[in-house]
Amino acid sequence: MSNSTFPAIRFSDVSRYFGDVKAVDNVSLDILAGEFFTLLGPSGSGKTTCLRLIAGFDQPTSGSIQLHAQEVTGLPPYERDVNTVFQDYALFPHMTVEENIAYGLMIRKVPRPERQKRAAEMLELVRMPGMERRRPSQLSGGQRQRVALARALINRPRVLLLDEPLGALDLKLRQQMQVELKAIQQQVGITFIYVTHDQEEALTMSDRIAVFNQGRVEQVGTPAELYEHPASPFVAGFVGVSNLISGALAAAITGSRETFSIRPEKIRIQPSGSAIPEGFCSVEGHIRDVIYLGMHTRYLVELDGGHDLTVVEQNLDTTSMDVLAARGRRVRLVWNRSHNRPIAARD
Amino acid sequence: MDTKVSSAPTAAVAGSARARSLIQRLSTSLYLRPRLVLALLLGPPLLWMMIIYLGSLFALVVQSLFHYDSFTGQVVYRLTLENFQALLTPANLEIFGRTAGMATAVTLAASVLAFPLAYYMARYASPRVKAVLYLAVLVPLWSSYLVRVYAWRLILAKEGIINWIFTQLGLQGLLKALLGLPVIGGPSLSVSFLGMFVVFVYTWLPYMILPIQAALERVPRSLLEASGDLGARPSQTFRHVTLPLAFPGVVAGSIFTFSLTLGDFVVPYSLGNSSFFIGQAVLSLTGTAFQIPLAAAFTVVSMVIMSFYLLGARKLGAFEAL
Repeated sequence: MSNSTFPAIRFSDVSRYFGDVKAVDNVSLDILAGEFFTLLGPSGSGKTTCLRLIAGFDQPTSGSIQLHAQEVTGLPPYERDVNTVFQDYALFPHMTVEENIAYGLMIRKVPRPERQKRAAEMLELVRMPGMERRRPSQLSGGQRQRVALARALINRPRVLLLDEPLGALDLKLRQQMQVELKAIQQQVGITFIYVTHDQEEALTMSDRIAVFNQGRVEQVGTPAELYEHPASPFVAGFVGVSNLISGALAAAITGSRETFSIRPEKIRIQPSGSAIPEGFCSVEGHIRDVIYLGMHTRYLVELDGGHDLTVVEQNLDTTSMDVLAARGRRVRLVWNRSHNRPIAARD
Repeated sequence: MDTKVSSAPTAAVAGSARARSLIQRLSTSLYLRPRLVLALLLGPPLLWMMIIYLGSLFALVVQSLFHYDSFTGQVVYRLTLENFQALLTPANLEIFGRTAGMATAVTLAASVLAFPLAYYMARYASPRVKAVLYLAVLVPLWSSYLVRVYAWRLILAKEGIINWIFTQLGLQGLLKALLGLPVIGGPSLSVSFLGMFVVFVYTWLPYMILPIQAALERVPRSLLEASGDLGARPSQTFRHVTLPLAFPGVVAGSIFTFSLTLGDFVVPYSLGNSSFFIGQAVLSLTGTAFQIPLAAAFTVVSMVIMSFYLLGARKLGAFEAL
């Protein structure tokens, strides 16, 4: 059904201004059919506006949007083969679960027996069988989430849009739903476009991610590409945690003033003045702060030049007593030179 | 000297400290006794309600059960149902039917007129425009209702502006045909059920607009977007989502328009003809005939009609929209 030679969604020079605010600023983007694609960025970065442009709730100021090679710019939401799972679920409070799920079919005048049959199938898919007669007010947050998903998927859209759907759930349920969402996406084979500000969520589920910042796309890539080869300081800082080193400090470590990033988990803490292995970078400082996180510990190391580096170490053999006692200690930080990621500092 | 000067501020500080500790102790002891606070808060209004409000209602119901001696014109304190039997005469039943019919017509018209405005206020109006509209809806309620009804009598009169407009537009024939209709017509708009209906709708419209607006305001925008997203055209979204969710607001507004029309006597008195409405009947029975027991029975019946109406309204979820 889906034509793989065309992208599911193509943004061509799309901008959306609200007065003087450039919510979306000249974005061009291809999202492939069958992909789990995430729009990742902080609040106000334009990711939700992009989603609303695809759904048709909002129209671009300029540029064009294509859905499977069909121009949809200017079409209202009810004429687009796209469905949305809303952040607040937006379930109709005056309808039962079944009526909510079958709403799209009811609008398209599908006969009642088939509506009921397909609604039951969808409840099966989202693992809520037998809940047809409930009201949305009788459901938990996670169950509402599933009903919202079923209501969108029953129409078999070409693209499913998800607007931070897990934001209101607690951590445990969120992690469980992440795995389920990914499984459902693979089962139904529909293109999912997922909006989130949670980089961990994005890395967990996505085939590809577009990182948004101030209305622009900073980088598009697979989770591994973004993490290992961030294209900008913003991406390095937003996807995972990064230490950005530039200028004189960079020159002191690598011999070049070029900015590079180093991930906190790549850095090892050794006693001050200890030997530096071949091919390793090294810098001296003292531990300013220790944050014990159970599975691992985050150290804030103040270098002698005054710059702070974050270091993460797994608590393989150490206890909380050990790591907290390290506060104030002089240390040498070493890491393999090959983990340095040069970053083109923009602007 | 020195000691005197230095001791004065010390005493003042000590005094304020003592005063503060008294208020603090009072606050603390009240904080620890929430039931006492509740009793202090609710005591006066409850007392008022019990004695004045429920007391007068009780007096009304009891009055409706007393005997009226038509020869002496005195109320005899003997319990009887004869007043309610008297209500069953065809003329009195007609009064109930007429009043309930008018109340129904006014309620329907008010809801149809109020909905678009309430919808505009809830969905489209900017905060500024909304404030202006609130004011526009409420300002008529600030002037005396009696004055407004008399103003309407002038507007609707044969020499009034409505007649003049119809004449200018060459539509006198239409107006004449309207007034020629049986029951609702009359010699002029100012002496007809049609005119009465117009004035009732005008007077009670604010009470319909505000609850509908409040109900619409509580429908999240995302529900309307979700409906469109699932393929519904705006008209379908309105029918399947907006209207069902705003309906409790319509019912809440109708409680006001229906009950206010049911009990009113000023409008029928000013614009009506010899066919009475409940309020008029009560007025003439208490004022000129001084037949208090029968007047009380009339009022009890309209209270019963209203009770049934409220029960129905509760079923439709109106009280969640108030």
